[in-house]
Amino acid sequence: MNSKRTLHLLAFLALAGTALTAPAKADTTLLNVSYDPTRELYQEVNQAFAKEWKAKTGETLKINQSHGGSGAQARSVIDGLEADVVTLGLSYDIDAIAEKTGLIGADWANRLPYEATPYTSTVVFLVRKGNPKHLKDWPDLVQPGIEVITSNPKTSAGGRWSYVAAWGYALHHYDNDEAKAKAYLTGLFKNVPVLDSGARGSTTTFVQRGIGDVLLAWENEGILAVEQLGKNQFEVVIPSISVLAEPPIAVVDKVVDKRGTRAVSEAYLKFLYSPQGQEIAAHNHYRPRDPETAKRHAKEFPEVKLFTVQSLGGWHALHKAHFQDGGIFDQISGVAKN
Amino acid sequence: MLATKSSVIPGFGPTLGYTLFYLGLIVLIPLAALFFRAAGMGWEQFVQAAFAPRVLAAYRLSFGGAFIAAAINVVAGLLVAWVLVRYEFPGRKLFDAMVDLPFALPTAVAGIALTAIYAPNGVIGQLLRPLGIKVAFTPIGVVIAMVFIGMPFVVRTVQPVLQDLELEHEEVAASLGANRLQVFCLVILPNLLPALVTGFALAFARALGEYGSVIFIAGNMPGISEIAPLLIVTKLEQYDYAGATAIAVVMLVAAFLMLLVINTLQKWRQSRFTAN
Repeated sequence: MNSKRTLHLLAFLALAGTALTAPAKADTTLLNVSYDPTRELYQEVNQAFAKEWKAKTGETLKINQSHGGSGAQARSVIDGLEADVVTLGLSYDIDAIAEKTGLIGADWANRLPYEATPYTSTVVFLVRKGNPKHLKDWPDLVQPGIEVITSNPKTSAGGRWSYVAAWGYALHHYDNDEAKAKAYLTGLFKNVPVLDSGARGSTTTFVQRGIGDVLLAWENEGILAVEQLGKNQFEVVIPSISVLAEPPIAVVDKVVDKRGTRAVSEAYLKFLYSPQGQEIAAHNHYRPRDPETAKRHAKEFPEVKLFTVQSLGGWHALHKAHFQDGGIFDQISGVAKN
Repeated sequence: MLATKSSVIPGFGPTLGYTLFYLGLIVLIPLAALFFRAAGMGWEQFVQAAFAPRVLAAYRLSFGGAFIAAAINVVAGLLVAWVLVRYEFPGRKLFDAMVDLPFALPTAVAGIALTAIYAPNGVIGQLLRPLGIKVAFTPIGVVIAMVFIGMPFVVRTVQPVLQDLELEHEEVAASLGANRLQVFCLVILPNLLPALVTGFALAFARALGEYGSVIFIAGNMPGISEIAPLLIVTKLEQYDYAGATAIAVVMLVAAFLMLLVINTLQKWRQSRFTAN
């Protein structure tokens, strides 16, 4: 207890120290407002990019990062948090910033390759070592007695991708019969005991508090949990079919123009597409876009049958049907009538 | 009328002015902004946002849970205060100080600690599991968190009154032939009632607004274990500012009315008591 407290104190002092000294050294600072599970990814990206920028321009760059549920982060930006770039979990959230504030041009998705999504991921199952409940694929999750951990699809990007993955599976499986797909989701959410508001919260619930039999997770988050938190405690199970998750990035136009950071912000986002940026993404368990990098890491990312959100009608249609008040998610959780 | 009475601190005018200014700045302006926002919605839109089935379920949990928690705290808090005031025992000062801990502890810490203990694999949760009782991630967990954060309010309002209560009253009652139950119900309780009611109101209000500790242990399933403050945050994260405001206004008005009723009841009771 005591040594722990000392450690905390030291950590706090170290943090306070960097906070005090850092701004004096940096010529330019950037703020990257991101979603929940990208902490590790952007730590590495920021370091590499700052080094490259220094070599190219001589300018010392400090990139601050902020993390939280994708919806909450977008709302902070809408409410006035001065982000130079946003790297969120869901294009819907960047659209929301663009529509509500005009801080980002409406054509943001067309400014960078792959509709401004430099890496992809998918939704996988994280289960306990040895997979004691034999959870192999989507139908296993609705068995009675199975506890499924996921985050709130209304607020969390990870939760929303997981929900859409389950929905897409059900539509494929039941030949686009929406009533049957709805019944599947109802069964699935009947097995959910806790609904955290962000993906990292769900991971903590599953991994550290030991709640639940399976976590619906971002692939990167699942692999990270296995790697960092206990190789002999968890396993990643890849379902037969899942969703192609495409987390988008954008420069916040009005902020960078005001702060005079457009050039460096745009270079920062382009860096994510560079061979080095792609390598860092792959290294952090995001599926790279670049075919060469993908080939090198093919072993780590098993091939899965992936469907896109566009094939389900796109985010706006999905949002309207599922996540608005009284929508399908409210119906399956029993708080709205069919 | 009051101003003509001489007082230790001179200057009724400036102090009243300061009080109004201070209350206005700290309390009224933010609340007025809330109503202003809500007024921007149409009536129909407001009703739809503030009284949807999911929202009603959240009110039920928040108000019901806060009521139950405050009721539990009144009984348990009275007991704690009684023991601390009436008995001498080793470590009394220590226990006395511990009562304030829920005040000082960051609520998130309290929530995480309670969840760890009451989760199915936690120290207490493990014991309850075979009995088929689930605490964490159910409404029971919500009530437990609310009891935890509300407890000091009852103890700290009852304690000073209990200290000032003269033992002679009880002795007189006993010498006149009252048994212990009669002494407690007819002599002690009426004296403590105002403090208990105040403690109840404070604990209730605190539990109603509590967010940090509850969301960890609640489970947060819509319609089952989702409290109203969480729903407000959730609405904000869905960019539904109007919806969040509507819920906030309903909670504010309901809480205000309840506190008003409690205070009025107490005034009425006090005047009756002194008249007797």
